[in-house]
Amino acid sequence: MLPYQVNYYGNPHSRTHAYGWESESAMERARKQVADLIGADPREIVFTSGATESNNMSIKGVARFYKAKKKHIITTQTEHKCVLDSCRVLEAEGFKVTYLPVKKNGLIDLQQLEETIRSDTSLVSVMTVNNEIGVKQPIKEIGQICRSKNVFFHTDAAQAVGKIPINVSTLKVDLMSISGHKIYGPKGVGALYVRRRPRVRIEPLQSGGGQERGLRSGTVPTPLAVGLGIACEIAQQEMEYDHARVSMLADRLVQKIMSEIPDVVMNGDPEQRYPGCLNLSFAYVEGESLLMALKDVALSSGSACTSASLEPSYVLRAIGTDEDLAHSSIRFGIGRFTTEEEVDYTAEKCIQQVHRLREMSPLWEMVQEGIDLKSIKWTQH
Amino acid sequence: MAAPSRTQVLALYRMLLRESKKFPAYNYRTYALRRVRDAFRENRNVEDPKVLEQLLSKACDNLAVIQRQAAIGKMYEIQRTVVESKPNKFI
Repeated sequence: MLPYQVNYYGNPHSRTHAYGWESESAMERARKQVADLIGADPREIVFTSGATESNNMSIKGVARFYKAKKKHIITTQTEHKCVLDSCRVLEAEGFKVTYLPVKKNGLIDLQQLEETIRSDTSLVSVMTVNNEIGVKQPIKEIGQICRSKNVFFHTDAAQAVGKIPINVSTLKVDLMSISGHKIYGPKGVGALYVRRRPRVRIEPLQSGGGQERGLRSGTVPTPLAVGLGIACEIAQQEMEYDHARVSMLADRLVQKIMSEIPDVVMNGDPEQRYPGCLNLSFAYVEGESLLMALKDVALSSGSACTSASLEPSYVLRAIGTDEDLAHSSIRFGIGRFTTEEEVDYTAEKCIQQVHRLREMSPLWEMVQEGIDLKSIKWTQH
Repeated sequence: MAAPSRTQVLALYRMLLRESKKFPAYNYRTYALRRVRDAFRENRNVEDPKVLEQLLSKACDNLAVIQRQAAIGKMYEIQRTVVESKPNKFI
């Protein structure tokens, strides 16, 4: 990356001088590295500013291009905010959107998907790995259904690319969003895979100089693209090693926590998941208090990635988690650079704080006395 | 080029470890040390001179990466993590 911010500063789109060609060839090399990771052709890769832009581009782009004949889009309730918000915008433009519910384990019902597809459905968008609970959707099966029904299939694979093997041909994916910083690349860059055969047409969001085959005008940031390319290459080489290690650490964390604390629930399907994203609910503990107590872990060691929000997560609500459990859930992120010590520290601290918070909790006391909390009427009228 | 000798390989291994220890950031330092050790352990029984040569050249490239990244890391101040402030057995 650095050389392209210093010595090779040429504009990759300048075709008239060697200065530009150096940057162009670096950019094309990066494109090939991204394509190789997902089994695509380099010409099918478009550089964007990140997975959010890639998702916006595919959903709005496909819907708007085919709007004359097709006005229906299918997605799921547990998608990332940028997918859901793009769909809201389309609804305002007169499109019909179906938000498929998910089962208790976070996976979608394939039969329900098949029944939902109409003759005027243009796009199905389902994310590969969920960013909050880490469940892995049956992408191959969904791809098959979409192909047989002649519907385009987009998947947000920001959490999956480089971590689990992905091949766009075997999965029959038509559009795929990739994020740079989720695979240890730079922030502010991503890519979109757009299938050429059968060709997927999209209406571009940005108008301008026609870069990236007119799909995404604007100068490609060479250093960032180079960084993304290298990150993809490394991810490909290291996938097996990283996956084994992340699984080991995740098992270690879950094992330690579950063996010491009762009433801990793991959200999402226990089998179909990426181990680096763990979502645990600690019953009878208020999530915010636990987050506060664990703040130094999350902030200073970077080992525990906790998402803090006063509102319970819509993903957890979609999988039917009770309000109180949704309030007490914490997401743990484990990656390439996480160490055993960090996992142990986090587990110990977690155990200690959950015990402390439960000691103070009247709810926990009532449960110990054998009172069923669900039988209590909290309001008096 | 002749196949790399045992001494050459060991010298490179030691150099990789020494340079990896220079990462100021805890997570990158521990990762580099762990990855170097694991890679050498994984390939300890490789005999084929061609493969050996490839592995060695890869190690040389990675040595350059480690040196460069550690140098960049040292340009900026860094906060120590909670895990580091405890007495540490590994580093």
